This record gives sequence, C-alpha cells and structure tokens, in this order.
Amino acid sequence: MKLKVIIGMALLLAIIVISCQNGQSIEFDRYYSSGSLVYESRCQNCHGAKGEGLQGLIPPLTDSIFIKKNLHALPCLVKNGLRGKVTINNRDFAEKMSAVDLAPIEIANVLTYVANSFGNKCGTINVEQVQSELAKCK
Amino acid sequence: MRKWIFALGIIALYNACKFNSTTKTLPIYGNRQAVTKIVNGQSVTDTVYQTIPPFKLINQYGDSISDKDLNGKIYVADFFFTSCPSICPGMQRNMLKVYDAYKNTPDVKILSYTIDPKYDSVKVLKAYADKLGVTGNTWWFIQGKKDDTYRLAEKSYLVAVSRDTTVPGGYVHQGYFVLVDKQKRVRGSYDGTNTEQVSQLIDDIKILKAEAPALSGQ
Repeated sequence: MKLKVIIGMALLLAIIVISCQNGQSIEFDRYYSSGSLVYESRCQNCHGAKGEGLQGLIPPLTDSIFIKKNLHALPCLVKNGLRGKVTINNRDFAEKMSAVDLAPIEIANVLTYVANSFGNKCGTINVEQVQSELAKCK
Repeated sequence: MRKWIFALGIIALYNACKFNSTTKTLPIYGNRQAVTKIVNGQSVTDTVYQTIPPFKLINQYGDSISDKDLNGKIYVADFFFTSCPSICPGMQRNMLKVYDAYKNTPDVKILSYTIDPKYDSVKVLKAYADKLGVTGNTWWFIQGKKDDTYRLAEKSYLVAVSRDTTVPGGYVHQGYFVLVDKQKRVRGSYDGTNTEQVSQLIDDIKILKAEAPALSGQ
C-alpha cells in the first residue's frame, strides 16, 4: 500500500516536471544532445571525454572563467583554429589548434554542450548568436 | 563473523578461478621457420621466429638508441608525429596509461617512433615529452630516417596488423600499439585509440613478464 502511494507521488512529480519544461529548456536539450555527438566525433580525441585536455599539450575545457569570458570568441576559434599562447587554469598552452570544419548549427550545438559540461554553465548558445559572431571573424 | 568468513571464502574461490584463467600465453606473430641443427651428435629441430631487426636511432635526449638497449626488455612501440592533429592525442593519452602503469618497472619500455623526422627534431621531441609529463628513460621518443622507420614499421612491427587487415599501406597511421617480448618477437597489436584494448595491453604485459625465459625459446 505504502509503496503504491510512493510510486504514485513519484509519477505525479515526474509529470509535473516534464510538463513544466518550457520551450527554452527543450531548445537547450536539443542543442546540448546534438552537441554531445559533435563533441564526440570532432573534439573528444584531443580534448578528452571529460574535457580534461592532454597534460601540457592540449588545454582542458574545464576553465569555466575562461569559457564564460570568451564565449563570444569561441565560434571563430572553432571555425578557424587557434595559434599562439592561451592561459587556461593558470597554465600556458602554445600548441596550434587546427580549424574544425563545422556548419554554424553544429558550432552552436557543440558550444552549448561544452559551455554546459565539465563544470561550465553558460546556457544555450544558439545558431543566431553563432552566425553573428562568425560574420565578425578575423 | 560468520558472514565475513563466508565472504572471504567467496573471494578466495573467485581468485582461485581467476588464477586458472590467467595462465594464458600470447601468440607469436610473424614468419617462422623450422631449423634443424646438429647438437651433440643429434639432430634437433627448432622453430626460429621473426624478430625486430637491429636498428640505430636517436631519442629525445639526443642519445643514440639501438636494439641492444632493448635486450631483455619488454616494450611497446607506436608511430606518431608531434604535429599530428587527428588520432595521435588520443593515442598518447592511452600510452600515458601504459607509462603510468610501468614507469617504475626497469624491464618495460615504450618507443614512440616519429614518422615525420624532418620536423620532429630532438629538440621538438624533448619539448613534446616534457609537455606530456614524460621524464626518465621508460618512454623514448625516437627519430631516424623516414624510409627506415617506415620499413621497420611495415616489415617488422606491424606484421600482426597486416595479417588481419585488408587495407594495404596505411597501418602506420592507424595508431597501433605493438607489444614486443624480451626476444624481440611481436606478441600483440592493439588499437591505440581504443581504451579497452589498451587496458588489455597493460594486462598482457604482465603475461609476458611472467613468461619463463627458458619456455619462450631461443
């Protein structure tokens, strides 16, 4: 009897949570889950499954202050790669990152994934934002 | 108390079973031939296995390395280049696991051959090793003539791979880790980008370490 009540309450709670998900969070989920696939096929080999990087060679993606501060610069960084020194988690990295050939929507997906994984929490980076940043790439 | 004894019994039993299954041996790859010799007036037939031929290369410290430095050592070889953007980082991340497991074991070594010796000078290799956090003499990043390295790779190290694959040529770039025993025979090849296969490699090194020298011939 008691078990039934508990299950019933849990179900009710689940329904409330699901139905309260607004459009925004559905959009986020869509970006995030597509992004995880892009990450796996295009980024993970170097940056690692947990965004841990590789020792002093490849920077980790866990520096949430860096990610937050450079959010606007990330679309161009993905598209064109990176040369020169970056300081991540107080450590200098100087290896070259090659350009990643991705469509704007894929960049938006993968950035939403990265910016909300590995300890980062920046919300959705949508395709419109990405396109407007890409137009300003040097 | 009783429960504990019971649990201990289960663990002991489990380990007993496990022990039986680890007495496995690794295959010996490559060509082999039967050689008949006269020993003490009797003709004895022995199998001669393919081995890694003599070589001389330079490591990240600028030291000359030859096959003699690997006498009596088990080692893992792979092929890479420092500016490799695709599979190498994943491979080296996995090779670091092998390094961490055996860096304090004097009879286990790792050899990473660069396939781009023009760019990967001693200086570049040393900087790369430093950035990976590799010190000491367990893991050598080595360079020689490009043609020699390719020949060594395809004719000697990747014999285990070329037997299994229908794709000719490109093995060097496919990220294999090749396991070589103390007699310089190829005993296994593992996909260096696959973490499960690399764990298998770490386990298989233990099998080679336990192998009695007399049993393994030569």
